[in-house]
Amino acid sequence: MAMIEFRNVHKWYGDFHVLKNINEEVEKGDVLVICGPSGSGKSTMVRCVNRLEEIDKGAIFMEGRDITKKTMNLNHLRSEIGIVFQQFNLYPHISVLKNVTLAPIKVKGVSKAEAEAMGMELLDRVGIRDQAHKYPIELSGGQQQRVAIARALAMKPKVMLFDEPTSALDPEMINEVLNVMKDLAREGMTMLCVTHEMSFAREVADRVIFMDGGEILEQGPPEHFFTNPQHDRAKAFLKEIL
Amino acid sequence: MHWDIVWNNFDYFLIGAYPEGPLGGMAMSILLALGGIFGAFWLGLLFGLMRLSKQKWIKWPAVVYIEIIRGTPLLMVIFWFYFLAPIVLGYTLPETSSALVAFIVFTSAYIAEIVRAGVIALPKGQTEAARGTGLSHYQTMVHVILPQSLRNMIPSFVNQFVSLTKDTSLAYIIGVNELMRTATQVNNRTLIAPTEIFITIAVLYFIICYVLTATSRRLEKQLSKYQARGN
Ligand SMILES: Nc1ncnc2c1ncn2[C@@H]1O[C@H](COP(=O)(O)OP(=O)(O)O)[C@@H](O)[C@H]1O
Ligand SMILES: [Mg+2]
Repeated sequence: MAMIEFRNVHKWYGDFHVLKNINEEVEKGDVLVICGPSGSGKSTMVRCVNRLEEIDKGAIFMEGRDITKKTMNLNHLRSEIGIVFQQFNLYPHISVLKNVTLAPIKVKGVSKAEAEAMGMELLDRVGIRDQAHKYPIELSGGQQQRVAIARALAMKPKVMLFDEPTSALDPEMINEVLNVMKDLAREGMTMLCVTHEMSFAREVADRVIFMDGGEILEQGPPEHFFTNPQHDRAKAFLKEIL
Repeated sequence: MHWDIVWNNFDYFLIGAYPEGPLGGMAMSILLALGGIFGAFWLGLLFGLMRLSKQKWIKWPAVVYIEIIRGTPLLMVIFWFYFLAPIVLGYTLPETSSALVAFIVFTSAYIAEIVRAGVIALPKGQTEAARGTGLSHYQTMVHVILPQSLRNMIPSFVNQFVSLTKDTSLAYIIGVNELMRTATQVNNRTLIAPTEIFITIAVLYFIICYVLTATSRRLEKQLSKYQARGN
């Protein structure tokens, strides 16, 4: 049974058909990379998985459960799915450690001491243990994004969504974030990543899909996608980013 | 000039007949403004959050409340509570209490709008990040949105507080012994020094408001440090 399955998913913004019949399966432990030009619907697609956006037709399944049902408990669903945004979106008014421990304490009722121990462990894992008591703004972009990853992992999610996690970063900080993501992939996390970082796709992706105009135009294993794309628009896109 | 009249009555302007008699004067004005802003903060927060709700039956009463109050002169609200309270409650509210209630109700409508604008002004990513980890709407408000947006609202709250401080002078009409009324009393009694008396009163109002505004400006600078960026 797939960890995440999109089945005939459609979505409209008013008249604008932003997702057109998306069908896709991501097995447990797999990494799916989603690429495509700006405005093609990549963000929308991943944000539908944790219901930050609602689909209009079709269904999305997580381990066989239809998670797009009206009766779904959204807070519970979201506690099982981590998301990392392009703009980090750390909470600026509390320390880095508190950014990480807020949800475990409030949503899962984990004790403060336990949450902090786990938070420090996670911050250690993403390489910023010694910044735990600083405010987000005192950290570099790369460090902030790693905190955001730790914050998502603190809920022990089954799936992680990444929406262009390195696009807002200075080039010299991209790798520190990608390395954390690669480690995570190798540890067996199921990941849906919108990214144009081809090194990441080559090293850890199980599948790459190429989207344009709300459709999946091309899909396959990374080496296939990079060396032998079928669709003209995929070829043009690859030429541009490589 | 008769500045001696001002001087001889200066403590009356400041604290009324206190401690022998009831508190009044500037102290009463400040107390009314403080009590007013405190009550209005909580009531305004409630109505502001209600107005942001997607649920119609929560949002609608707030919209009606806010729009009616904002479309009514303060003096009329003061009269409402002064003349209607006996009819509704069956007994007369003391002048000071009914003025205080009027200030709270009146100011809360403006605070509600400040709260609404402040919450909307925060980057959407803050809510998405919080909801994305499984926090409920309420938890997101309490732990993520309000701590940030309330800080950003402090200058607007102080503005409202300054307005209210000046507006407490309207309570004189229903007989509350605040700064304006003590001045009028002394003037009616002495008759020869209206200019001196009302200049003094103006200076006293100015000092309160100036101190508040200056404090707010300092706070604003300190608070601008930790703010969310991006969207
Ligand atoms: N809330 C919205 N309302 C209307 N149109 C939107 C909204 N969000 C995104 N869109 C449009 O949908 C399209 C796809 O957006 P998005 O999923 O963000 O694309 P991508 O992430 O691939 O750049 C874009 O054309 C965008 O302008
Ligand atoms: Mg996007």
